[in-house]
Amino acid sequence: MEFFIDRFPLYLSGAGVTLTITLIGAALAFVLAMAVGVLGTMRNPVARGVATFYTETFRGIAALVLMYWMAFAIPQLTPYEFDPMFAAILALGLNIGAYGAEVVRGAVNAVPRAQIEATIALNMSWARRTWSVVLPQAWAQMLPTFGNLVIELMKATAIVSLIGVTDLTRVAQEQRSATGETILAFSSALVMYFVIAQALILGVRLLERRANRRLGRAPEGGSGLLALLRPPPVTATGGGR
Amino acid sequence: MPQSDLLPGGAPGAGGPLIRFDGVVKRFGANTVLDELDFTVDAGERVTLIGPSGSGKTTILRLLMTLEKVTGGVIWVNGEPLSHMRGKGGLVRAGEKHQREVRKRIGMVFQQFNLFPNMTVRQNVTEGPIHSLGVSRDEANQRAEELLDLVGLGEKIDAHPTRLSGGQQQRVAIARALAMRPEILLLDEVTSALDPELVSGVLDVLRGIAESTDITMLCVTHEMHFARDVSHRVLMFDQGKIVEEGPPEQIFGDPREERTRTFLHAVLDHG
Amino acid sequence: MAWDWEFTGRIIPDLLSGLVVTVQATVLGYALALVLGLAVALVRRVPVVGPLLHAVMEFIRCTPLLVQLVFVFTLAPGGISAFTIGFLVLGVHYAAYTAEVYRSGIEGVPPGQWEASRALSLPAHRTWGAVVLPQAVRRVIPALGNYLIAMFKDTPLLFAITVGELMYQASRIGGVYFRYLEAMTLVGLFFLLVSVPSAVLIRRLERRYAAV
Repeated sequence: MEFFIDRFPLYLSGAGVTLTITLIGAALAFVLAMAVGVLGTMRNPVARGVATFYTETFRGIAALVLMYWMAFAIPQLTPYEFDPMFAAILALGLNIGAYGAEVVRGAVNAVPRAQIEATIALNMSWARRTWSVVLPQAWAQMLPTFGNLVIELMKATAIVSLIGVTDLTRVAQEQRSATGETILAFSSALVMYFVIAQALILGVRLLERRANRRLGRAPEGGSGLLALLRPPPVTATGGGR
Repeated sequence: MPQSDLLPGGAPGAGGPLIRFDGVVKRFGANTVLDELDFTVDAGERVTLIGPSGSGKTTILRLLMTLEKVTGGVIWVNGEPLSHMRGKGGLVRAGEKHQREVRKRIGMVFQQFNLFPNMTVRQNVTEGPIHSLGVSRDEANQRAEELLDLVGLGEKIDAHPTRLSGGQQQRVAIARALAMRPEILLLDEVTSALDPELVSGVLDVLRGIAESTDITMLCVTHEMHFARDVSHRVLMFDQGKIVEEGPPEQIFGDPREERTRTFLHAVLDHG
Repeated sequence: MAWDWEFTGRIIPDLLSGLVVTVQATVLGYALALVLGLAVALVRRVPVVGPLLHAVMEFIRCTPLLVQLVFVFTLAPGGISAFTIGFLVLGVHYAAYTAEVYRSGIEGVPPGQWEASRALSLPAHRTWGAVVLPQAVRRVIPALGNYLIAMFKDTPLLFAITVGELMYQASRIGGVYFRYLEAMTLVGLFFLLVSVPSAVLIRRLERRYAAV
């Protein structure tokens, strides 16, 4: 315990870096997922082609490989050099965004046909229909898988330690080298990762409840804070990967 | 219910029928649902379509609402082709822009209500006017309040549709359709999904609208009493064709075709 | 500095030998994840031990694989190869996922199947072995397949503990020649070459097993 208390500020600043990369990466992934996911539901074959190309490419290449490519191959190819943190955020955002786009596409396509017909009967434009009817209804369905993806993103941020960013993983490695306390150094970091993950899960669960309330659905498993802490239902389709 | 300018009137004097089906064919794969169908509806007329399920009644409403595309033939609304538009050398298939223009005249109420669960009752009723017709928010709100009063749900205006009973939801859906000031109102089995005790409330609202306005109505229903009370004309369908048509008194009182007689027998026995 | 084809040709053998290690680690790790995940899913139904095991798995699932790898690698006594540690940690990490997949599959078996087994007085090993698991596993095959692809894409992390897989070879080449472009691009292409067809295969599996 003393080990951890002494080094808490160090670990905390590492966790701050981890959380920053997670949140900015998630924001980038979210924007990409929404834009590409909606493209993938359009009838225009060019739009669909762009969406398929993006998702297949960036789901196919591991974020680590992408990050190394940006950090080391880009400077060789162009006169520019990416800041390691920037390369990491871009790689993670592109990678998780590709998974997210598939989630968005699936959720949009799952909006009942009858709802679309009602928008036609009200003579709504495609843009208006998508914005005010389709996405709000698909949103509730996207959230649980988005929750899994944001955890995956958070875990994947550990790779930034490999290109010199002082995140939580890097702090753990430095402390291990400095003290030789392997178990303490790494388990402190693991516990902090776990805490961040639980906070993210809780946040997404709150968003889910709000989304379901907006659709007039009662939250599953009753209300109250206790219900939030229950494990989420896991579907047979897996964790969004 | 007093006559008011709240509800839309019939078509402006265009002369000729408001709706014309001209050799309309609709196939789903190998299945022919409508077979060279010809009929017309005049402005202000209320027409009920009856017939066994699968006879193509609902498809007619869905074609008019542009939810389906015709396989052959042309549908005209107020002298404008609905499924087609005037192009080089005759009629070509309609684009989205043309369809949106013609669709302005038409409103529809669905069997399953299809209210938007992500919006309140008010938003459901004002969404179309504000964003499709470009009506100001104040005006749309005022009209929503009036229409919801008309269907007896004024106090539910800020409720969530999922909190309402089926009958209440369907009345909101009627208000939502009327908010678009359509000349033509399509009613697709609007009471079929309702519990029996909720049916009369919805039908009373529709009766009121029929009595106080001259909106053109096309109605698919199994409520024969309602059809008799409200409609000017009844069309009996079977296998994608009109078997018999006439005023309700004649169709229900003295059907000429055997097919109509057996159908009415079966329906009224169950009803 | 532009693309150098001659250099590309020279590094391909090294990369291919890395790819072999990548595939080996994936196959061994996945086999472990499949077996261990099922064991965890079954033990989870045991009182006291079950919830405890679940908590451990939840912890593994919520923390980075990279940290787990480095942690175990640093702790492990000498004599155990980095490759062994790599596929073991990979397998345990992914068992935390496959356990959840199996669990949802078991819960998806209709209650009537359990009741019918009881009505026939089947012994427990027949109920599980002949009735429940065959149905449960069948319906989760596509989900399990997804984790095979996911795991394959996580193998580059093994380079952090000096396993000589694809990523390790690429970064070694990059370090030696100060050229990263060709090696890193090829690694990306290798991953695409495996990932895209397998994604198509999984979709086919999903169609085939979806209607169970």
